[in-house]
Amino acid sequence: MAQEAIVNDFTLRVATVNGSGSQSSNLVLATAIFRLGIAVAPKNVFPSNIEGLPTWFDVRVTPQGYQCRSREIDVLVALNPATWQSDLASVRPGGVIVHESAYPMTTLRDDLTFYAVPFGELAKSHFDAGPLRKYLVNMVYVGVVAELLGIPIESIEAAVRGQFSKKPAAAEKNMVAVHVGVEYARANLRKHDPYRLEAVAGGTDGLMFMDGNRSAALGCVMAGCTVAAWYPITPSSSLCENFIALCDRYRVDPQTGKRKAAIVQAEDELAAIGMVFGATWAGARAMTSTSGPGISLMAEYVGFGYYAELPGVIFDVQRVGPSTGLPTRTMQGDVAFAYTLSHGDTKHIVLLPATVGEAYAFAMQAFDLADRFQTPVFVLSDLDLGMNPWMTPPLPYPERDFDRGKVLNAHDLAQLESWGRYRDVDGDAIPYRTLPGTDHPNAGYFTRGTGHDEAAHYSEDAATFARNLDRLVRKHDAARAAVPQPIVDEAGHAVGLIAYGTTHHAIVEARDRLNDAGIPTDYLRVCALPFAPEVQAFVERHERVYVVEQNRDGQLHTLLRSELATHAIERLRSIRHYNGVPIDARAIIDPLVDAERAAVTA
Amino acid sequence: MTATNVNIIGLTRDVYKGLPSTLCAGCGHNSITNHLIKALYEYGVQPHRLAKMSGIGCSSKTPAYFVDSAHGFNSLHGRMPSAATGAKLANRELLVLGISGDGDTASIGLGQFAHMIRRNIDCTYIVENNGCYGLTKGQFSATADVGSSSKGGKRNEYETIDICGVALELGATFVARSFSGDGKQLVPLLEAAFSHRGTAILDIVSPCVTFNDHEGSTKSYAHVKEHGFALHAPDFIAGSQEIVVDYEPGAAQDVEFEDGSHVILRKLDVEHDVTDRLGASRILHQTRERGELLTGLLYVDTKSRDFCEREAMPSAPLAHLGSSELRIGRDDWAALMAAGG
Repeated sequence: MAQEAIVNDFTLRVATVNGSGSQSSNLVLATAIFRLGIAVAPKNVFPSNIEGLPTWFDVRVTPQGYQCRSREIDVLVALNPATWQSDLASVRPGGVIVHESAYPMTTLRDDLTFYAVPFGELAKSHFDAGPLRKYLVNMVYVGVVAELLGIPIESIEAAVRGQFSKKPAAAEKNMVAVHVGVEYARANLRKHDPYRLEAVAGGTDGLMFMDGNRSAALGCVMAGCTVAAWYPITPSSSLCENFIALCDRYRVDPQTGKRKAAIVQAEDELAAIGMVFGATWAGARAMTSTSGPGISLMAEYVGFGYYAELPGVIFDVQRVGPSTGLPTRTMQGDVAFAYTLSHGDTKHIVLLPATVGEAYAFAMQAFDLADRFQTPVFVLSDLDLGMNPWMTPPLPYPERDFDRGKVLNAHDLAQLESWGRYRDVDGDAIPYRTLPGTDHPNAGYFTRGTGHDEAAHYSEDAATFARNLDRLVRKHDAARAAVPQPIVDEAGHAVGLIAYGTTHHAIVEARDRLNDAGIPTDYLRVCALPFAPEVQAFVERHERVYVVEQNRDGQLHTLLRSELATHAIERLRSIRHYNGVPIDARAIIDPLVDAERAAVTA
Repeated sequence: MTATNVNIIGLTRDVYKGLPSTLCAGCGHNSITNHLIKALYEYGVQPHRLAKMSGIGCSSKTPAYFVDSAHGFNSLHGRMPSAATGAKLANRELLVLGISGDGDTASIGLGQFAHMIRRNIDCTYIVENNGCYGLTKGQFSATADVGSSSKGGKRNEYETIDICGVALELGATFVARSFSGDGKQLVPLLEAAFSHRGTAILDIVSPCVTFNDHEGSTKSYAHVKEHGFALHAPDFIAGSQEIVVDYEPGAAQDVEFEDGSHVILRKLDVEHDVTDRLGASRILHQTRERGELLTGLLYVDTKSRDFCEREAMPSAPLAHLGSSELRIGRDDWAALMAAGG
């Protein structure tokens, strides 16, 4: 039966064993396709393990350039003896499997196209025995896939050379392996499936690949962060590692060899955040990066930072909880916890980037907000944004200088008869601070987590305590207008969607498909907490508003219900996705269509 | 006011005072505060360069009672070292003075204590050690000796954590022990600690008059008086001063710090080389086995490199750097983006 070609519209999944070096091969494939001008969305689903557990890498291409995952797998490369049976079952009818010949697959399904390749044999006959062999096998499948899908060898070669730019000898070896795959496919495989790639002129011009941890680290450098304290934890480690690499490259004085940064790998996350607050108290810009388990440990010091009014930036690259959870899978599980982290009444500023560009811009803005509002600021990314490569335009050079907020220097103090660390002089609930080292007899004050009056003296006075807590709420409220504002796409439809962070990318696709299905939607993306007034206004303009997020309990939905007016709350519905893999469009469409049918029937 | 009433930077002693103490009358911590005031005054510390850091507990209230005009940071229980580390990294011109207690350091804060030492953060770290939790009414702390008893007569069954022993084992570059009632010994040790570049651990036994000053306590005034064993009699000589201490050749050890100041340790009954870490451990164990409380400078390494030096930090405080010094330049940025970030 003649099949119509399916061009640039499918998901390729590579199933391999962790530690086999397949990440390089998969990035080569994604980059080679990207170089053809085709929009790609790579997603790495990997285990909490160094070697041996199964790992999957999806490369999705769509004419629309969707950046979210698809749960439908069209083309599978099966190279994991432990998972090939379940991998086989994951491919959609009509799909394609490139597999190790040794797996007896072909009898198990008759609705797929099979391409058997003796990867093991090819490796044995072409490469010397040794540790490199298992890596080179992965480049063989790159060659096979390139030949089957129509990726020109030049594009693969450019990607390989980019991948191994510092190891030209390795690039040569890998290209040999690619050719082994290409030649095997040419000689032995007869293409009889519909999936093809075709170059799109200019399709990805002006874009590049970057992950959110890299762009956040760039944001930290450009924000003038000088002190970073961290404890290694997946999926946030690469944020600080990138910061270190950038400081080594751009902050070292070539004459003196001195590096304009202090970076501490702390003994735990609590110490890391303590170092951050010690540093910001003394006037530096400081940050830590962590994930959920680290946030739990930091709860104690974050409450101190809130109450003593110390700046500090905390990157939480979220992973799956509760507890150790799934350390290498993604979730938006810390939103509610981070927002009110620590005992007593606390409320924090939380920024919610959805893209690599926002991870950069929000990182910079977080330092300004922390200084301006003298409070801890969270940047809540997640594993999907932090560790997957995304297409992004180049990051813009910052045009504004730092906003260091209200800091009094010795000259300022000389003009003042007195000042009080926690006195609301300007009526905006934000007091003035001084930094240790300021050469004026009135500069010093006592920073403490115990009750204090406006002069920072210890106080157990009831009215003083309540007045101070009320000022902190006013300060938090003032941040509503200063944080990144919601992004709204609205055309007067009855149904509204609210999402944040990486859920955005599935929303984009879901809205297209819902529109096709006769359910057009408006959309508001929350970019920060506390909520901007626009959030309530948006809800009020819609009959039903679905809050979509990647956690079990509908954490943002709950926050909205606690903060919006009663008449708005009734319009809110919750759609949740929480299995550790990034949300896909169907996870939104299916429950929403059901709910809309029920609503219309009712 | 005559010139004799000011220190080497022209400040009166009053500048080094703080708020009235809210601790119990007779508390050893109050004596330590007085010795600290004397040491800071004599040393000529600029108040605006002093960062007073503490944790939680009776001891950690101390920073309120001296140098009122200096910045203070009363942090969380056991978490002073991390805040002190951050402060030092942000502004290495600060004299960071951390004040902790035995609960704060040896129990809840043992981790941060250990890692500050491991990094050799330039900080004077004082433990006001009374062997009990005063603020929560007298529970044993981890520095209480085995067999010592509480005010209610309960015996401590658990092994003691010897702060100096732990510090020596962790590689601390300055380890000393003293007694709150011995200003003659403590003041020069404090000044030496200020001069030391690196983490200087000062374990100061400081009796709790309310909960731990009875018979059966090994941290009482009477017990320390009876069982104290001083290694040497120290004198501190600032870099700017001439060494005029009179001692016989071989009768003292002269330790010179990087800033040119000296501590002269006049020998008493025992031979001890303060640059010998193993020897310090040995004598610490020996005296403890004899039921004695060893005091004095146990160990010092004046050539050690502190964290800021090892990390090749610039001499100017990081906190003072602006965007032009910290941002990637426009050309470099353009090149970076052209290369794919």
